[in-house]
Amino acid sequence: MNAFTYSSASNPDQAIAEFAAHPNSIYLGGGTNLIDNIKLNVIQPARLIAVRKIVLNQITPTPDGGLRIGAAVTNTDLAYDDRVRKSYPVLSEAILAGASPQLRNSATTAGNILQQTRCYYFRDSEGAFRCNKRNPGSGCAAIDGYNRIHAVLGTSAKCIATHPSDMDVALMALDAVILTHGTAGDRSIPIDDFYIAYGEDPARENVLHPGELITGVLLPATKWFARSNYMKARDRASYEFALASAAVVLEIDGGTIRDCRIALGGIATKPWRALAAERKLKGQKATDDLFKSAADAELQTAVAQKYNGFKIEMAKRLLAATLKKVAAMA
Amino acid sequence: MHENEPDSSGEYSRRTLLKSAAVIGAGVVLAKHGNAAQAEVAPAAMESEPDTTVPVTLTINGSTRTIPLEPRVTLLDALREHLNLQGTKKGCDHGQCGACTVLVNGTRVNSCLTLAIMHTGDQITTIEGLAQGDALHPVQSAFIEHDAFQCGYCTPGQICSAVGLIKEGRCKTDDDIREMMAGNLCRCGAYVNIVAAVRQAMQS
Repeated sequence: MNAFTYSSASNPDQAIAEFAAHPNSIYLGGGTNLIDNIKLNVIQPARLIAVRKIVLNQITPTPDGGLRIGAAVTNTDLAYDDRVRKSYPVLSEAILAGASPQLRNSATTAGNILQQTRCYYFRDSEGAFRCNKRNPGSGCAAIDGYNRIHAVLGTSAKCIATHPSDMDVALMALDAVILTHGTAGDRSIPIDDFYIAYGEDPARENVLHPGELITGVLLPATKWFARSNYMKARDRASYEFALASAAVVLEIDGGTIRDCRIALGGIATKPWRALAAERKLKGQKATDDLFKSAADAELQTAVAQKYNGFKIEMAKRLLAATLKKVAAMA
Repeated sequence: MHENEPDSSGEYSRRTLLKSAAVIGAGVVLAKHGNAAQAEVAPAAMESEPDTTVPVTLTINGSTRTIPLEPRVTLLDALREHLNLQGTKKGCDHGQCGACTVLVNGTRVNSCLTLAIMHTGDQITTIEGLAQGDALHPVQSAFIEHDAFQCGYCTPGQICSAVGLIKEGRCKTDDDIREMMAGNLCRCGAYVNIVAAVRQAMQS
């Protein structure tokens, strides 16, 4: 772990000014992923700017009936919030399907949104492997290496690292909006536009500008989002990252799917909005055959590597099963 | 070095702080550049040297102390290496095993993935702070009664985690206990007895 300086900003404006004065800084929330990555020498910041105590750590109703989640709200507080469990159960389920109670107690909402991949080549403490995300231009050791946990969607010839989050998959299915504060003012970024699949520049994972601070997340007041579920397949019964996961939200009327939101995790280079599956489902009668064909449609463009081909069939079955489960909800 | 000791009020005076920062900062500059002239730097600039210690005030098991720490020192290393509290164990040091679990304001966290400097003003409880004098905490008693360990290395983390879990009040069944204790690994495989101990402590 490299040595770094530390400061605790007293408000968001001071934090972004501090960042501008110390460009090789990183904002520190709960630290569960950041401090781990600093220990692994994956990142070597000159300065950490603690922001946990200066951004909102509460969940507040919005005027239109949605929720505003403060960036510093812990994963635990978000997962167990009564309003979240009632109106956006998929979000609570996704968070509780990830990490451990200790980690969820420390980890923040903004930190989860910015967490980095578990690719073993990226995370190697010696930095001994080619990695375009860690050392741009050096290549990718995973593509011709052991790539069982790697992505099958959104990959490129430069990177196949999986986005690790469960929470963000649910946020993707809930049309969440990410709120930021930066030197150019405030932005509201639909989560669909926030993440970048690892194409030309795998080191660039999202559209944040340097020093731009996440201040919160908005959830819309969409009544039918209450009919939702998160399912996850993983190597252990608990406390493990997803091999594949599905977040499904359905609006069903008389057996017909009026509207839907679907996102997949564990199989893509970003939380994956499943638009092809959604197109298959909208306006159709909810049947097992339809669910299967929707899942097939979404995975049609999947690209298998040597060791992760099983994820394609796994994701199809998991998505079909989750659709069936949500369709059967009262 | 005595310059780093807090004064009688337990607080650093500004003068003591600047003096100690200057001394340490000078050492750093000398080591990096091998040039005595480089040491002639104003104290304000010293603050920006990354491996300079800063005074960090921590309240552990009800007792407040101020110690000089580099910002990169984790809460776990502060406890073990700087405060002589070795009850909290270092297992994986990456938040995967739970051996380092402590309670921060009553909430269980991995002390290896948080910096000591982040916890000024927090109430930290370690395994050493659970008993009241000679009277063990009910979770400690339950672990002994149910033989909920073999080598004992994961036990302080298991116990602190169980204390946090009981305070959370969300556990009802044995399956709940297994899921909510998933952040604490036991390589001896004492899980059956750990579940029994947590169940008993939860019901008492």
